[in-house]
Amino acid sequence: MLLVIDWALLLEKFLLIAVIVTIALVFAMYSTYAERKVAAWLQDRRGPNRAGPFGILQPFADAVKLFSKEDIIPSHANKVLFVMGPGLAMMAALMTSAVIPWGTSLDIKGRIVSLQIADLNIAILYVFGVVALGVYGVMIGGWASNNKFSLLSALRGASQNISYELAMGLSIIALVMVSGSLSLREIVTQQQDHVWNIVKQPLGFLIFIVCAFAECNRTPFDLPEAENELNFGYHQEYSSMKLGFYLFAEYINMYISSAIMATLYFGGYDIPFINEASMTPSWWLSLLGFACLMGKTIFFVFVFMWVRWTIPRFRYDQLMNLGWKSLIPLALVNMVVTGAAILLWQQYHH
Amino acid sequence: MQALTNRGKQVSRKPMNIWERMYLPSIFKGMAITFSHLFKKRPTINYPEKTRPFSPVFRGLHVLNRDEEGRERCTACGLCAVACPAEAITMEGAERLPGEENLFREEKYAAKYEINMLRCIFCGLCEEACPKDAIYLSETFTPANFTRKSFIYGKSDLLIPDPNTDKEAYDKAAAGRVRVAVPFNPSSGNIDGH
Repeated sequence: MLLVIDWALLLEKFLLIAVIVTIALVFAMYSTYAERKVAAWLQDRRGPNRAGPFGILQPFADAVKLFSKEDIIPSHANKVLFVMGPGLAMMAALMTSAVIPWGTSLDIKGRIVSLQIADLNIAILYVFGVVALGVYGVMIGGWASNNKFSLLSALRGASQNISYELAMGLSIIALVMVSGSLSLREIVTQQQDHVWNIVKQPLGFLIFIVCAFAECNRTPFDLPEAENELNFGYHQEYSSMKLGFYLFAEYINMYISSAIMATLYFGGYDIPFINEASMTPSWWLSLLGFACLMGKTIFFVFVFMWVRWTIPRFRYDQLMNLGWKSLIPLALVNMVVTGAAILLWQQYHH
Repeated sequence: MQALTNRGKQVSRKPMNIWERMYLPSIFKGMAITFSHLFKKRPTINYPEKTRPFSPVFRGLHVLNRDEEGRERCTACGLCAVACPAEAITMEGAERLPGEENLFREEKYAAKYEINMLRCIFCGLCEEACPKDAIYLSETFTPANFTRKSFIYGKSDLLIPDPNTDKEAYDKAAAGRVRVAVPFNPSSGNIDGH
């Protein structure tokens, strides 16, 4: 038989997907709590502290609230698309987690289990493809609601995502030039052996993080859901868990883009100040690597929140100006400079 | 234009220089400011667990007073109800029967005494109107509740514990607010009983 199905591999991957998705969901759940806590701390308040000790049961209370609310579908809405929107947003948010290397590998009874769902050799392209899909959740939700505010916000969201994807892509090209690979695993391994990419690409990282804020529709680029202009943006007509899905998707997006930032620029699961190559691989080392990646991710999620509660929202023309007239030229310059630097480096070394 | 006060501040309309147009320095400055607030003391008091200390003149929940023998002072004269601008107080008087002298100070007493805490504005006029020093405003405020009915406080909610049988609870409820009344003496000129 030509096609032999490796059932053990299937099971392994299935379990890995389940674990990673669960972690993402729990992380998103607690991001909502963290967001409120961070907001409170930055504003000298206390934040939610009634549900359980320090309010740690707050996300569950919120979930119960969302589930028990009436699920409204507006009478003039396109029902199929209306239901599809939140699902699509959620799916696109979760799909990116497939190519992120969450750790090295675990040795389970002689079987080496890689802590990455799929080690694609074009992982970065995949990430971009899926991130671009994310805009459909916003678009479809805004369109299907049959509400002018939702539609306006969907248009804003779509044009914003497209504009900032360009600059993001250009900043990533420079990174790919430095590392010479599109595989995230390969990029992390290189950073383990040498320095983190942030040292080689500081400007690229800056452009990337700004674009990541825009892609996640986070302040200062949260124009699609600008409360005081568009009421609530594309999820205005949504209620109950459909709204919950949109809000959740935003937090998962934040989590995933933080993980990608950590992977691309801050060494991924690389443990700082330790040379992993000199140590024998073990469970502890792998889990410590995973913990390091999570720590870096949590830091970036905190930065997302920190920025949200510091900077006011951009005006729409300012947003477009920044994207097209500043970030894209900067990213192009960064690319050219990186190319020149690589050429010089190669000449110097040969 | 002539400035009305010298407090005005001239807004700079200078075009931004390259450093300012990068936005990033000022963004980092702002982030440093918000970050510093992480370590600041929070002014919020966790209310049900902790309460704010009130000043001694705070006017809170009412207390129906007893005399030193533990007898109710209120004679249901109705002056507090008349004085009440919010019309929150209602009462019903009753005659003291023989054998109840240890319960009620005088031969008339309030069989029913109700204050609607939703109407009450805690002005303290009832306290001022009372000739018998029977009603005082304490330092606690009305706790939250789920029904309107539960805000109508009856005698069981208002009456201070008996100082002879439960001194501790009496002192706690009195909290230095409830004065031991001196009988009214016109010749000494003390209008309010002191």
